[in-house]
Amino acid sequence: MAVLDTLTSGLRTLGHKVIEGVWRIGFAARFFFAVLMYSGTAFRRFNLTIREIYFTGVLSLIIILISGLFVGMVLGLQGYDTLQRYGSSEALGVLVALSLVRELGPVISALLFASRAGSAITAEIGLMKTTEQLSAMEMMAVNPIARVVAPRFWAGVMSMPLLAAMFSAMGVIGGYLVGVKLIGVDEGAFWSQMQSSVDVRLDIVNGVIKSFVFGIAVTLISVFEGYDADPTAEGVSGATTRTVVTSSLAILALDFILTAFMFRGVG
Amino acid sequence: MTSANLVEIDNVNFAYDSQRTILRGINMTIPQGKVVAIMGGSGCGKTTLLRLIGGQIKPTSGAVRVAGQTVHELKEDGLYALRRKMGMLFQFGALFTDMSVFDNVAFQMREHTDLPEEMIRDLVLMKLHAVGLRGAHRLMPSELSGGMARRVALARAIALDPMLIMYDEPFAGLDPISLGVIGQLIRTLNDALGATSILVTHDIMESLKIVDYVYFVSEGVIVAEGTADEIRASKMPFVHQFVNGEPDGPVPFQYPAPDYATDLQGNGRA
Repeated sequence: MAVLDTLTSGLRTLGHKVIEGVWRIGFAARFFFAVLMYSGTAFRRFNLTIREIYFTGVLSLIIILISGLFVGMVLGLQGYDTLQRYGSSEALGVLVALSLVRELGPVISALLFASRAGSAITAEIGLMKTTEQLSAMEMMAVNPIARVVAPRFWAGVMSMPLLAAMFSAMGVIGGYLVGVKLIGVDEGAFWSQMQSSVDVRLDIVNGVIKSFVFGIAVTLISVFEGYDADPTAEGVSGATTRTVVTSSLAILALDFILTAFMFRGVG
Repeated sequence: MTSANLVEIDNVNFAYDSQRTILRGINMTIPQGKVVAIMGGSGCGKTTLLRLIGGQIKPTSGAVRVAGQTVHELKEDGLYALRRKMGMLFQFGALFTDMSVFDNVAFQMREHTDLPEEMIRDLVLMKLHAVGLRGAHRLMPSELSGGMARRVALARAIALDPMLIMYDEPFAGLDPISLGVIGQLIRTLNDALGATSILVTHDIMESLKIVDYVYFVSEGVIVAEGTADEIRASKMPFVHQFVNGEPDGPVPFQYPAPDYATDLQGNGRA
């Protein structure tokens, strides 16, 4: 009898969680639709979006640039170590550039963006909810989705590809410093092989598409978690954590799906 | 609607779900130009009433009419148009923390009007002057005391000269001087603007000085009503307990619990 009770209780809990999860996904979809519906303000009064681009994009630049430099430097070291075994150390430029523009640039910059800007967006909107600022806005006949959420959403979507491009550029510089200046790989071969092997459509455009999709995913998760946070200190803290965890998983899962589609049949 | 009543609450019931009924059969009228208080203990449904009037939630049954319009039947555009004629002071001000005092008060003017910035400046300074904080217009909300924040929120609430001003616990957490200042401002601004005010509070002494009429709410129903003088003279046990701040009475001191002796002999089980 006790086993049956435990089983029933377990099933009930599982069912409750599944229903709650489905309900939340539905709510998030409706929220996304509302953000798109009320995006007019974000473009009509573009200064609101520019202000958010400063907070989410410009203030994330330092961490993106420094990380990009270090990742590029590590790629330079590891790449040289592997390539010189096969006598093709001149291909270091290609390895660094392709790794960055195809994968590491969009993925790592999106992960950093989720931790730096995504968590800040969630905390800010969550605290605005907790301190009744969103309710006050509603009572002043101003739609908080149009005034608060949409500018932050579009700022994130616009910032992400630019940050990923900066990350990749810094990574290439890092790879150059280590490979050419420190180890002594031929400079001409480094740049010329990179130039001839990196394809604009296949590599760069695909990388930009990836970072654009990551930007939509991360920023949507961030604004949704903030807007849906329980209006308590614990609620905002939980929402911020969920933003980082869910965004990171979403980036990695989307990366796999996009890569599978983009590089299907290549090579 | 009676032309003299700005707000009419007609047999309103409200519940978040089947187990949590908040309001039951509420009937209330708020006449034009008056300051009306809704009083009651914490959690009795006072703030819910304000949210129903502002259209933030919909009644389970019954109707709330403001200026002749049934609030819950309005579409988004209609509701927002009605809200432009309302001002609301939230319990802790709810000032926008990323904006200065000036920008907080100017917020609605910039959102809803095409007034030039010079005129907005004059209007904002006039509103701030009315609450005695013209000199604080450059400060950020984090630099204000609780009483000052409440006054800025009041200036913001009257920014567009609303016909109805709602106050959610305007006296909570204020020192005696700020308490008196806010009380007087509520009365003065209401009369100067020709507005109507609804005051949700449990601060009986301060509110009885300024209100025209009082409704007492307990456990989701109206248990008493009358003018300030009638309330002071009331012999109703609930009103008497509330006015005199007695710890026990119709509102019991003890939260419902099993028999005391049985509980103490419960072998350490919590």
